[in-house]
Amino acid sequence: MQMISGAQAMVKCLEAEGISVVFGYPGAAICPFYDCLGQSSIRHILTRNEQNAGHAASGYARVTGKPAVCVATSGPGATNLFTAIATAYADSIPLVAITGQVETGLLGRDVFQEVDTTGAAEPFTKYSYLVKDASDIPRVFKEAFYIASTGRRGPVLIDMPVDVQRQLINFRYPQEASIRGYKPRFRGHAVQVKRVAEAIRAAKRPLLCVGGGAIAAGAQKQVRALCEAVSLPAVSTLMGIGALPAGHPLYFGMLGQSGGCAANEAVAESDLLIILGARADNRAMAKPDQIEAATAVVHIDIDAAEIGKNLGTTIPLVGDAAAVLEQLLEQSPRGEWGKWLEWLRARRAREAAPAAAPPRAGCVDPEAFVRLLSAKMEPDAIYVSDVGQNQIWSAKNCAVRDGLFLTTGGMGTMGYALPAALGAKLACPGRQVVAVCGDGAFQMAMMELATANQHGVPVKLVVMRNDMLGMVREIQQREYRGRETAVALAGGPEIGGIAGAYGVPFDRIDSMEEAGAAVERFLAADGSYILECVVDPREETR
Amino acid sequence: MKQIMSVLVENKAGVLSRTAGLFARRGFNIESLAVGETEDPTVSRMTIVVEGDERTIEQVEKQLNKQIDVIKVKLLETDAATRRELILIKTNATQQNRGEVIDIATIMNAKIVDLSRATLTVEMCDRPERVDLLIDMLTPYGIAEIARTGMIALQKGADAIRK
Repeated sequence: MQMISGAQAMVKCLEAEGISVVFGYPGAAICPFYDCLGQSSIRHILTRNEQNAGHAASGYARVTGKPAVCVATSGPGATNLFTAIATAYADSIPLVAITGQVETGLLGRDVFQEVDTTGAAEPFTKYSYLVKDASDIPRVFKEAFYIASTGRRGPVLIDMPVDVQRQLINFRYPQEASIRGYKPRFRGHAVQVKRVAEAIRAAKRPLLCVGGGAIAAGAQKQVRALCEAVSLPAVSTLMGIGALPAGHPLYFGMLGQSGGCAANEAVAESDLLIILGARADNRAMAKPDQIEAATAVVHIDIDAAEIGKNLGTTIPLVGDAAAVLEQLLEQSPRGEWGKWLEWLRARRAREAAPAAAPPRAGCVDPEAFVRLLSAKMEPDAIYVSDVGQNQIWSAKNCAVRDGLFLTTGGMGTMGYALPAALGAKLACPGRQVVAVCGDGAFQMAMMELATANQHGVPVKLVVMRNDMLGMVREIQQREYRGRETAVALAGGPEIGGIAGAYGVPFDRIDSMEEAGAAVERFLAADGSYILECVVDPREETR
Repeated sequence: MKQIMSVLVENKAGVLSRTAGLFARRGFNIESLAVGETEDPTVSRMTIVVEGDERTIEQVEKQLNKQIDVIKVKLLETDAATRRELILIKTNATQQNRGEVIDIATIMNAKIVDLSRATLTVEMCDRPERVDLLIDMLTPYGIAEIARTGMIALQKGADAIRK
């Protein structure tokens, strides 16, 4: 057998895993890998910052449902990548992150561009490897893809010293990974499934709360099937948006601090809360002790450690959301919930009554704009929301039908939308992908317009412009006696000027009258397009 | 409450820091942690004593199980486990009171393992509460320094962790 270098082996591993695109940024310590990558058929997307390589891989992974790969060099390359890795960890997104490292003989000596990458990334990776012998490469890569894509998904980091990339080995890729300490459960335990079904049958006011775990499992079909089969009402978390299509008669909106009244009242009034793939964090459930005192809780999660972590649980059920829902559907857990549904519908009708004041002159009403935009988008479109006020306006008003709503609910990383949309578009060029961000996040990610140009990936971007870090301002208004500190974004830039500099078509609206036509032009455009919406800086998310 | 956890882990670099890091990050209180190789050289056993309420203990167990390098976690009841800790105590025993220290060591089934003009070092391997008692008994003579291993434990009877 002919010997190959560690770097060649890395590329062969990626090919064996069916990887056709990687996102990254080169540097000295990862050069052997790049040299081999350049001679392979794998496409490399050069982002303008390592963080955005990770976010782009995240968008790609969320659309394909498979692990995506991001690459950086040692030291600052790796640390720049960390924000994206931590984001993927918090949002359970399967990534394989590859970082260059200094020579094994120099490890621990604080040489040029050395950082203890695996040590530093440990709290926010599902697992990590520091490969000191190239003959471990095939096993490590096989395991990394297996760990990232099974159980509760997440990022796995492989740190590759530069001399290991040059070391010669005999290459053979293993058929499967076998890790004795890692045996993720896929199907729910039959006894627990029966217990849950009985609890649902016996409940007077059951409520399904769908989280991001359902989306990660691709369980939209199963959520809908169960809800419709037994008339089970549902709410969702921020990450669970889209599990049931907007406007579905059994869907009562997003719960939580920024959620709707109907959804929160539904949670408070329920006598059985079925949490599906959600961690019940403080944004979703501010007072878990009150909920557990008032209602019985069924918690279904693929990660046993989530169950009982934030919310006391009556019946735990470990398993993949789609698999468990199918098992539950077989049990056909029906009950008499006519009055409960009536009560819920009355609440929703009250919520739907328009309460918003008309927007101030010279401004777009951001909520009305999101409703308009999402109504005009294709049914299977992908809506990528950034973080801040725009995230809440998007979450509450975007009508997801057969598409996806991508955002970072766990980590809340500003600047996510643009690179994630780029990754999503690359994963499915035929689908409509729209990113929405504020002007703060735009300035954290706008350099990726060059990436979109260079690699011919059209990015449609809405920038909500208020020259303000609006969400922080809201907190300061509410909790710091209205003292606004460091939230005004003075100093530009003119977004049209930035668009021009990157050669991207641009439009700007400052009233709802022009919005309809502008959105149509925006959606109809073939290539990248930026639509700036002027929003009142005093606008709140309510 | 105090809970003894016997944890089998992969015997490789980084596992101890991962596990200890987990406790620090999630705010769990470790009273002691002892680690060593097992009958299988690829496997180490960690014996961890954790302080916390029932919900915390459950979380610790789940978080440990979630670790890729953790092969098996077993909670041990105090009464159902053989528990041992090794301690070395260097006392400031003088010629005048050296005899008393030796008496205490004899009564406690401890050994004298080192001697100098100004000190006497006592070794004992016993249950942690007996180790605490020995420290208490020797404190009046002045303690120069102490080293203790943290507790290790095995379940009593024929059952083993992997069965």
